[in-house]
Amino acid sequence: MELILLLFTFILAAFLGFELVSKVPSQLHTPLMSGSNAISGITIVGALIAAGQADGNLSTWLGFAALVLATINVVGGYMVTDRMLSMFKAKKTD
Amino acid sequence: MQFAINISYIAAAILFIFGIKMLGSAATAVKGNRISSLGMLIAVVVTLARSGLGYEWIAAGVLCGAVIGFITAKRVQMTGMPELVALFNGFGGLASLLVGWAEYERIKSVSWSSYLGEDPEIGPWFSAIVIALAILIGGITFTGSIVAYLKLSGKIGGTATVFPGQKAINALVMLGLVAAGVLFSINAEGVNAPTLFLVVVGLSLLIGVLGVIPIGGGDMPVVIALLNSFSGLAAAAAGFVISNTVLVVAGCLVGASGLILTMIMCKAMNRTLGNVLFGGFGAASGSGGQQVEGEMKGVSVEDAYYVLEAAQSVVFVPGYGMAVAQAQHAVKELAEILERNGAEVRHAVHPVAGRMPGHMNVLLAEADVPYEQLCEMDDVNAIMSTVDVAIVIGANDVVNPSAIDDESSPIYGMPIINVHQAKTVFALKRGQGAGFSGLVNTLFFRDNCRMIYGDAKSTVSGLVSQFDD
Repeated sequence: MELILLLFTFILAAFLGFELVSKVPSQLHTPLMSGSNAISGITIVGALIAAGQADGNLSTWLGFAALVLATINVVGGYMVTDRMLSMFKAKKTD
Repeated sequence: MQFAINISYIAAAILFIFGIKMLGSAATAVKGNRISSLGMLIAVVVTLARSGLGYEWIAAGVLCGAVIGFITAKRVQMTGMPELVALFNGFGGLASLLVGWAEYERIKSVSWSSYLGEDPEIGPWFSAIVIALAILIGGITFTGSIVAYLKLSGKIGGTATVFPGQKAINALVMLGLVAAGVLFSINAEGVNAPTLFLVVVGLSLLIGVLGVIPIGGGDMPVVIALLNSFSGLAAAAAGFVISNTVLVVAGCLVGASGLILTMIMCKAMNRTLGNVLFGGFGAASGSGGQQVEGEMKGVSVEDAYYVLEAAQSVVFVPGYGMAVAQAQHAVKELAEILERNGAEVRHAVHPVAGRMPGHMNVLLAEADVPYEQLCEMDDVNAIMSTVDVAIVIGANDVVNPSAIDDESSPIYGMPIINVHQAKTVFALKRGQGAGFSGLVNTLFFRDNCRMIYGDAKSTVSGLVSQFDD
């Protein structure tokens, strides 16, 4: 049952996603891409769980590597997007 | 406790939804990005509250990742943005692959029967399929992004790499991958499963490389957008693996938004996604297209200055060459001088100019070009015949009139910026060679077009100093 619910959620989220970004000005294409790329770092949640089951075997090491990469994705992704967007914003207040 | 965690995941998902929505509008984009990062923070913090987690590994991992991410994001130049986005994308994909792999290792160590519990409703095949999918999509995202990164940063050649039988080889590898994935899934408890699993990992990584090497530099905006979509889908697949709703929702949102961007990019080139991915566009040099009569006419910076000095209306058309030469600040300076000189200045940005979606906008924003001066293709084409001077800076295919009048041209039908309708065109170019696509640009041979050879930045700076004198 849980799996069916997950599938259901997935499909609704897909439709929602298409509705959300159907019309984006081209000026914002890069920030949208790098901002949504940071969101895809949500896999960090899975990495935390995997790395946290610290029994020191292969699974933990894989989780640890996943955690490092996902954190780079999240932290770097959000910061870079913010930097880019603040440039757009700065010139609008002129 | 589990209930509180799930409620918080819902809150995080809501913040992601609002974040993405607000990223779609200039007025709210900054706030949108921060709201979505707040959602991420909530998701991470409540995950840490799960019982039974050991924190040593977590602390070490988060610390390493945060320091690397922080330093990279601080130090990157705006011109290096396409390759950085590609790199982060790849990391996200690899992380999802590893999450799937880690779960599989855990299943192996506790055995399938105790993992699924007594009398499971669905057999091991479902978990096996979603693990295989997380590996597949994550693996393609990772190596595909790494190849894109290497191409964008110039560490390997940016042109398409094609070799005989490439499509057949790719199809075979893909077939092998699907076969291994299916065999793994239907017999996940079998003795061969671990071997098949490793085959899936290996072939997924291989197909990412094989898939991106035949795609040329000018098609990179499509590839980057598509890989962005994949990184989201990989996270969603990882969400199925560990039965976690927030991964499924957030990953799927990213998957959808990336796909929309991909379609926008394809539309701007008037090509199908299949043609971009499998066309090997830009590999053959000078193939197709008509022969051009006439010659390219050069002009000196000094003569160009006299024309510009008298111009009432000027349009800049930036392309990848502006990014390479880092000429955006000089362009902004020249635009200011022209405005003071009484000319109306516009910057016309083609949707696929550069190497990622919106690439030129980022560079012009970095140089503080006023928002009002940025024009989209359709608006500027409507007034092009009234423009005195169009200055093409390192753009090529997006201003090639063959797209309009030469049916045999590979880019026929692609919407372009009609600079050839302007009274005078100055094309800033390094040398006489063809662009990335290997196509001859008939614009350069037109009577109203003059070439200014040399580095774009020094040419523009040269024009600026002419005005200063």
